[in-house]
Amino acid sequence: MTATPVIQAKGLDLTFQTNDGPVHALKGVDLDIDKGDFVSFIGPSGCGKTTFLRCIAALEQPTGGTLTVNGMTPEDARLARAYGYVFQAAGLYPWRTIAGNIKLPLEIMGFSKAEQAQRVEKVLELVDLAGFGGKFPWQLSGGMQQRASIARALSFDADILLMDEPFGALDEIVRDHLNEELLKLWARTGKTIGFVTHSIPEAVYLSTKIVVMSPRPGRITDVIDSPLPKDRPLDIRDTPEFLEIAHRVREGLRAGHAYD
Amino acid sequence: MRMLGPVLIVVAAIVALWYVACVPMNIHTALTDAERAGVAVSPEGAAVRRDMGAVRLALGNTHVWGDTFAQDKPRLPAPHQVAVELWETTVEKKITSKRSLIFHGWITLSATLVGFVIGSVAGVMLAVGIVHSRAMDMSVMPWAIASQTIPILAIAPMIIVVLNSIGVQGLLPKAIISAYLSFFPVVVGMVKGLRSPSAMQLDQMRTWSASSNQTFWKLRMPASVPYLFASLKIGIAASLVGAIVGELPTGAVRGLGARLLTGSYYGQTIQIWSALFATAILAAALVAIVAGLERVTLKRMGVGR
Repeated sequence: MTATPVIQAKGLDLTFQTNDGPVHALKGVDLDIDKGDFVSFIGPSGCGKTTFLRCIAALEQPTGGTLTVNGMTPEDARLARAYGYVFQAAGLYPWRTIAGNIKLPLEIMGFSKAEQAQRVEKVLELVDLAGFGGKFPWQLSGGMQQRASIARALSFDADILLMDEPFGALDEIVRDHLNEELLKLWARTGKTIGFVTHSIPEAVYLSTKIVVMSPRPGRITDVIDSPLPKDRPLDIRDTPEFLEIAHRVREGLRAGHAYD
Repeated sequence: MRMLGPVLIVVAAIVALWYVACVPMNIHTALTDAERAGVAVSPEGAAVRRDMGAVRLALGNTHVWGDTFAQDKPRLPAPHQVAVELWETTVEKKITSKRSLIFHGWITLSATLVGFVIGSVAGVMLAVGIVHSRAMDMSVMPWAIASQTIPILAIAPMIIVVLNSIGVQGLLPKAIISAYLSFFPVVVGMVKGLRSPSAMQLDQMRTWSASSNQTFWKLRMPASVPYLFASLKIGIAASLVGAIVGELPTGAVRGLGARLLTGSYYGQTIQIWSALFATAILAAALVAIVAGLERVTLKRMGVGR
């Protein structure tokens, strides 16, 4: 295994041309993400955290700087199935069962029928939804739907999991539970995870690396390597270490004059 | 079943209103007939009554009310007269008879169905083109909209004359007028349906490197099905209207439109009304069939509950 980062951004710029003049969504972003990292991006609206994730996924085209994913351009990385992307909404197709939804990317990528079925079973079990394959999305709760959407992103064995506020629409209790599950999943699969969030506790609880961003122009103001152990029960959130990191994140957000 | 009561009350109210309307509508002729038969009416003399208000005449001659519901050629036939005519021209006539509404209905229905199929297929194909090509969106959509602003009564005779001059007669010209009316709701509905997937769902497809073909068949097409059925329900009713309008300008002797036409030539108001009701019943049945297909399809897709 080489020491090169899985995701590497150097001087990344992205400027949108709008009717009100150029908008600097990202300016001079430098970041290395290593294999197996759990990286959270936190910051207020407009700080470019989602835009950065979308650049990694080749859903946006940077206007300057370089960005590599697995040593390739983001487009090539996508074609090589480098990542699974989880959106804020589960986005399950109502006319497909849960199993059918998870099969969707597999059908598109041309997996054999037998392999599709086998992979669906595997990822359903991974997100604790075994036995729910035959249900339709409306028969599942919001949290279960989002788990199905994670299963779908995992189904084709990408090394990287990109998650854009995946639990943003869920209530606190379900969110805690899913955060715990996500950590277990990460420990079991060893994926590299990029996770966009609005929530300081969520970022601190999940991450090995927290990227604090601020808007106008969208930039990184702080990168915090978490000293917390890999094994994290929910009540780690009451320890002094946890609170100290949370405090530093809050300071970073304030320093960016996020809400002036 | 709890809804049965209110529904029946509304129907009863409409029928009652209709009966009430029959009295003043038909009172002039009823009084003339009664006077001729030797019944005392007030005031006497059709010429005197001609300029008098119908309501005043009706209130002054309550004893002839019964006659207003039983005329041969009333201005407004009573509900039971229409019902009896409908019964006699459907159940009691052989369907090969020129007086059978089933016979005429089938003539119109066959043109309607052919036109509906042509219109729906054309509508879906145009919508697919419009969604996939910006050039088609800009070049075809304005014409589709313009086509619907032309009164169908104005363009129907021209379609029939033009087609007749190249030797196309019978069912096809009517079907084309049907298609002309029914393609439009299908185009509009399908364009909306094919564009209904959200930006997020389209991004999702991109993250899987899906081709535009795959996006079309796996996302756009299934997402458009509910919109398609909403359009088909409008389209099939419009098709029926088109087929009937297509029968009017040629002086057709067969079809529901022909029944309307001959009825108006000979003042057979009961025949006109029964043809109108037959049309309405047929339209309701067609829409109900499409709605049934919609329910079954959506249920099988897992979208219906």
